[in-house]
Amino acid sequence: MSGPSDYQPSNPALQWIERRLPIMGLVHSSFVVYPTPRNLNYWWTFGAILSFMLGMQILTGVILAMHYTPHADLAFKSVELLVRDVNYGWLLRNMHACGASMFFFAVYVHMLRGLYYGSYKEPREVLWILGVIIYLLMMATGFMGYVLPWGQMSFWGATVITNLFSAIPYVGESIVTLLWGGYSVGNPTLNRFFSLHYLLPFLIAGVVVLHVWALHVAGQNNPDGVEPKTEKDTVPFTPHATVKDGFGVACFLLLYAWFIFYMPNYLGDADNYIPANPGVTPPHIVPEWYYLPFYAILRSIPNKLAGVIGMFSAIIILCFLPWLDAAKTKSSKYRPLAKQFFWIFVAVCILLGYLGAQPPEGIYVIAGRVLTFCYFAYFLIVLPLLSRIEKPRPVPNSISDAVLAKTGSRSTPMVSTAIVLALAGALFAGSAGDARAEEGGTRPPGNKWSFAGPFGHYDRGALQRGLKVYKEVCSSCHGLSYVAFRNLAEAGGPGYSVAQATAFASDYKIKDGPNDAGDMFERPGRPADYFPSPFPNEQAARAANGGAAPPDLSLITKARSYGRGFPWFIFDFFTQYQEQGPDYVAAVLQGFEEKVPEGVTIPEGSYYNKYFPGHAIKMPKPLSDGQVTYDDGSPATVAQYAKDVTTFLMWTAEPHMEARKRIGFQVFIFLIIFAGLMYFTKKKVWADSH
Amino acid sequence: MNPDASTIAAGAPIEVDLSPVAEGQDIKVFWRGKPIYISHRTKKQIDEARAVNVASLPDPQADEARVKSGHDQWLVVIGICTHLGCIPIAHEGNYDGFFCPCHGSQYDSSGRIRQGPAPANLPVPPYQFVSDTKIQIG
Repeated sequence: MSGPSDYQPSNPALQWIERRLPIMGLVHSSFVVYPTPRNLNYWWTFGAILSFMLGMQILTGVILAMHYTPHADLAFKSVELLVRDVNYGWLLRNMHACGASMFFFAVYVHMLRGLYYGSYKEPREVLWILGVIIYLLMMATGFMGYVLPWGQMSFWGATVITNLFSAIPYVGESIVTLLWGGYSVGNPTLNRFFSLHYLLPFLIAGVVVLHVWALHVAGQNNPDGVEPKTEKDTVPFTPHATVKDGFGVACFLLLYAWFIFYMPNYLGDADNYIPANPGVTPPHIVPEWYYLPFYAILRSIPNKLAGVIGMFSAIIILCFLPWLDAAKTKSSKYRPLAKQFFWIFVAVCILLGYLGAQPPEGIYVIAGRVLTFCYFAYFLIVLPLLSRIEKPRPVPNSISDAVLAKTGSRSTPMVSTAIVLALAGALFAGSAGDARAEEGGTRPPGNKWSFAGPFGHYDRGALQRGLKVYKEVCSSCHGLSYVAFRNLAEAGGPGYSVAQATAFASDYKIKDGPNDAGDMFERPGRPADYFPSPFPNEQAARAANGGAAPPDLSLITKARSYGRGFPWFIFDFFTQYQEQGPDYVAAVLQGFEEKVPEGVTIPEGSYYNKYFPGHAIKMPKPLSDGQVTYDDGSPATVAQYAKDVTTFLMWTAEPHMEARKRIGFQVFIFLIIFAGLMYFTKKKVWADSH
Repeated sequence: MNPDASTIAAGAPIEVDLSPVAEGQDIKVFWRGKPIYISHRTKKQIDEARAVNVASLPDPQADEARVKSGHDQWLVVIGICTHLGCIPIAHEGNYDGFFCPCHGSQYDSSGRIRQGPAPANLPVPPYQFVSDTKIQIG
C-alpha cells in the first residue's frame, strides 16, 4: 500500500498472476518490507490485536447466525438451545460475547496510546478520524448485538437507547418509529437489528482497510514522536513487527481465554438471562461496561436534549483533536504537563465509567457533573492551553539516537502510580457509601460449592438429590423448560444412564398431537421431551399464585445476582468468584422467618424472607426438615435440600460447565507455552535491533 | 422501514370495560405494544392534582385538560416515561402518582412530571367514552 513494489516471485505461475494482479507485491510491500520505526513499544501491538479480534468476531458471529432465530418469541430460546445443544455452542457464544468486551478493551488502549503519543497530529489527521469512525461503527454494532439475545437488559437497553433519538426536535418521534418499525420495540426492531448487526462488521472491515492504508501512507508514529529519517531508524515489518505482534496477541489471548473459560458472565448482566418482557422494567438499566462513561455523561446533564447532545459530542470531539492540540511536540514523553493531564484524563474516564453503573442519586449525580466538566475541559481548555504555555523537553534528533540514549524517564511510573492510587482511594470512598446503603438489605452468605473455581465439577450425589427435591417440591409451581430428560444422561450431568433417563421420562405425561382426529392427547415422556411446565401459560401461573408467576428455574442461578460492590468485583476477577446466583438462591430457600422484624410490613398473601429484595415474597416457605426422603443417608434438613437443589439448578443453568473448565485448562497450558515460544522468537529476531 | 401493514392493522382502537376497576385501583392494558394506565382516582387524588399551581409545573397543563369532563375520576395515560422510555410504577413516589425506577422521574396523580429528568408529562392517548363504563382507546 505504499507505492509500487519491485517484488518479483520466482515461481513462473506466480509471476504470471503477478503480472496481471500485483497482489503479492502489495502484500510484500505492506507487510513484509514495510519500514516500521525500531523504537515501537508493546502499546503498538494493539493494532494487530484489534485486527485479530475483528476477524474473531466475524468468524464466530457467522457461525452463531447459523443457529440463531431473529424473532421476538424465539430469539431467547434459540440462544439457550444454541448454548446447550449445538456442538461447542457454549464456546462460540462465550467467544463472541466476551470477544465484544475484549474488542472494546483493546480499542480503548489503542485510542489512549494514540492520545498519549500524539498519533493524531500532522500528517496523521485522516488516519485518526478514520479510527473515530471505526469506533462509532463498533459502538453501533456492539449495541445491536447486545439486543439479539432478547433478554430483559437487551429489550430495555434497546428501548432506552432508541428513545435517545426522540430528543431531536420536530423529527425525533418519527425517527424513533422508523428505528422500531412499529409503535414500540418489538419483533420488527429485532429483525432489523439482526440484519444491521450482520452488515456493520463488514463496513468496519472496509474502514479498517482505509485506516491501514492511511497508516502505511503516513507511516507509523512512535514513542518519541520523531519521524524516521534514515534507514537506521526503521526495521522491516517482517519478521520484526510480525513476531512482536504475535507475542502481543498471544498475551492478549490469555486474558481473553480467562473470560471465555472461567468468567463468561463476569462482564454481563444477570437480568439478561430473563426473557424480554415489555410489561416489566428492570429496577436498574445499565448498558454494557464499554458505554458506561458516555452513559454517565448522558445522565449528568439534567436536560434531555442537552444530555443526548453531550453524550454524542463526547465522541465527536475526538475528530477535532488534531486541531485542538496544536503543540508541535508529538509524544507526551517530552511534555511534562501534558503527561500528567493525560493520566488525570484516564482517571476521569474510569471514574465516569464507575458512575455510569451507579443509581443516579445524590452524590453520584454531583460527581457525574464534575467529571463531565473535566472530560470536556481536557479537550476544550487543557489541550489548547497547554500547546501555548507548556515548555516541552527537547526531543531526540532521530529514532536511533533515542534508542541509543534509552535513559528512560523515571518519573512516568511515579506519576501514573500516584494517579492510580488516588483513583483507588476515590473508588474506595464511593464504595463506603455503597456498603452503608446495603446494610438495609442482607447479603446472602457465601457457600462452599463443588462447582466453584477453575477445577470445579458438579457433585453427582448433590445433582441426583437436587433433582429429587425439584421433582417432589419445586416442580408443582416452577417449570424447567430448557432441560430435556436426555440431558440427565449426558456427560457432566447427574450421571444417569440412558436407560435410567428413559425410565425417568416415562413417568411424565407429555401433551402431544394433534392426532388424525385432530385432538391433542397425552403419552408417556421420551428422553427427547423437555420437563413439562406446571402451568399452560404465564397468565395461568399468575392467577394460581396470587398475582406473582413462579419463574422458570432453568436459568435461575444465572438470572439472579446481587451487587458485589467495590473493591470485591475487582478481587472476583482474580479469584474467579462467580457464585452470586447460587448463593442467592440457596439463601432465599433458607431465608424464611416467622417473626417479621420491626419496621418491615409484609402485605397479606406474602411472606417474610430475609434475603429477598424488599423482603416480601409471594412464595410460601417451600422446604421443611424431613420433607424429602434421601436414599443415600444424607441429612434430610432444609440446609441440605437447599444446597442440593441449588447445585442441581446450577447444572440446569449451565450443563456444559465441566467441559468449559476442563477445556479452559488445556487452552491455558497451550497458550502459556505458545506465548513463551513467541517471546523467545521475538527476542532472537530483535537481538540486533536494540 | 416504517411500520408494515399488519403492524398498523394490529394498532387499531381497542375497547376497555371500566366497571371492574374500583376507586383507588388502576389497570394496565397494552395498546400498540405500549402500556396504558387507567386509574380510577380517589377524591383525594383529584383534589391534589387540581390544587397545584399549574404555572409552577415543568410542563404546565391543568388536570381538567388531561381528563374527559364528567369523567374526572378516570385518568388514562401512556405508561412510558418521557425521559427514556421505561415503565413507571403506579402508586409510588411523593406525588400520589407514578414513579419511574430507571432515572427517578416522579409524576403526580394527573400523570404530570413533577421531579426528575423527564422533560414532559405522561402523554394522554386518544380515547373517548363509549358509555359511562367503557372507553375506546385509539
